[in-house]
Amino acid sequence: MKIITYGEIVEQVAKMCQEANFDLGQDVVEAFQNALKTEKSETGKDILEQLIQNADIAKSERVPMCQDTGVSVFIVEIGQECHISGGSIYDAINEGVKKGYEEGYLRHSIVDHPISREKSKGYNTPSIIHIEMITGDEMIIHMSAKGGGSENMSSLKMLKPSDGLEGIKEYILDTVAKAGPNACPPLVVGVGIGGNFERCAYLAKKSLFRPIGHRSERPELAQLENELMEEINKLGIGPQGMGGNTTALDVKIEIEPCHIAALPVAINLNCHASRHKEVRL
Amino acid sequence: MSATKVTSPIEENILKNLEAGERVLISGTIYTARDAAHKRMSEALEKGEDLPFDIKGQTIYYVGPTPAKPGQIIGSAGPTTSGRMDKYTPSLLDRGLKGMIGKGYRSQEVIDSMKKNKAVYFAAIGGSGALITRSIKTMEVIAYEDLGPEAIYKLTVEDFPAVVIIDSNGADWYQLGKQQFNDQHTRQ
Ligand code: SF4
Repeated sequence: MKIITYGEIVEQVAKMCQEANFDLGQDVVEAFQNALKTEKSETGKDILEQLIQNADIAKSERVPMCQDTGVSVFIVEIGQECHISGGSIYDAINEGVKKGYEEGYLRHSIVDHPISREKSKGYNTPSIIHIEMITGDEMIIHMSAKGGGSENMSSLKMLKPSDGLEGIKEYILDTVAKAGPNACPPLVVGVGIGGNFERCAYLAKKSLFRPIGHRSERPELAQLENELMEEINKLGIGPQGMGGNTTALDVKIEIEPCHIAALPVAINLNCHASRHKEVRL
Repeated sequence: MSATKVTSPIEENILKNLEAGERVLISGTIYTARDAAHKRMSEALEKGEDLPFDIKGQTIYYVGPTPAKPGQIIGSAGPTTSGRMDKYTPSLLDRGLKGMIGKGYRSQEVIDSMKKNKAVYFAAIGGSGALITRSIKTMEVIAYEDLGPEAIYKLTVEDFPAVVIIDSNGADWYQLGKQQFNDQHTRQ
């Protein structure tokens, strides 16, 4: 049995929150550089260049790449043989977020009450925490600083099984087209298909944690990811919606079994500030 | 790519020549305001009170920056989604607001009001807050200080990069840019 302490989790989470906001992953920066070679619009190229420059400044000066430093979303894989000592994992993560955001001069963007809009007292907390049990004694914490602009343009729909693959594609293309400039393209498009109402939304979110360029291990999904990439980039929306052929940096699909009468589909859009970090304890 | 230099407050004869799709570098004075500040301004107008600054001819930037690090003037300060301000915007345009900087679509009501009042809407690059901050030279809180990052600040900017999205004739670059690109490239 491995013992992981509360304090260890707090420290690691605090660090991840800052790294995610200061240091855009190499996968995203490479995707910008590749897009720069294929983008046909002059304005589009110009925007991609500025995004690369922006990521450089954020990393070297240790400042957030975007002023929306997001809601912190966690997927924590916990080994069955791992014991957490000193307190609840939820409290440890929230304490880590508070520390990381406050000390890193990151923005506090959470309201406690969605209707009265009263600001939360914990600095940028509570965060969204999903826990998955795994075998073994390891704990893997995946963290994402998820921006509001792209989250707001995300969508979920209970399609009919008869809508089939064509219906799914149409819904995805339509969601990206409607989002246009609001979701800060170039986007990472996360799609969850199957499960049930809440599960497909989770699958869509989870897909966004995969690095850019990483294809699904299922050949039929990998092919669909490629196809959708091509079709989305033909929409003409381009970087920041100002015209161009770089509308998506990647498309990710996750599927799960579902009810015979259902075809749930969720589309979780992520902006180019696709900020993810991972730590293994 | 070349960009037109623009000074804010923007003179009328310059403003009316700005065209959708044109790249600009804005220098001069701009005011920040996002959701909470817009709500308060609109409540003030409803009560017949004055706005906390003379809005005539001015430019508003939709932004909620991150806290400044020691030694910084302002934290990261990229644009937020403008559509959330749409509800409050026509009444500000009627009172003389001439420029807006943000990102994303505007409603038809805002576009109509912009045409009527001869105003222009610019987009800055969403998610490039670390870069944009370099063009902000001074920052001074002028109203609603209790709102923290959502208060109204007066900023002095120098060569702030943006693109004209909706011009004073109502031409919308989010539609035109996409169309133009598709005509030139994909539909050959
Ligand atoms: S959508 Fe993303 S890039 Fe755009 S402002 Fe929000 S967090 Fe930043």
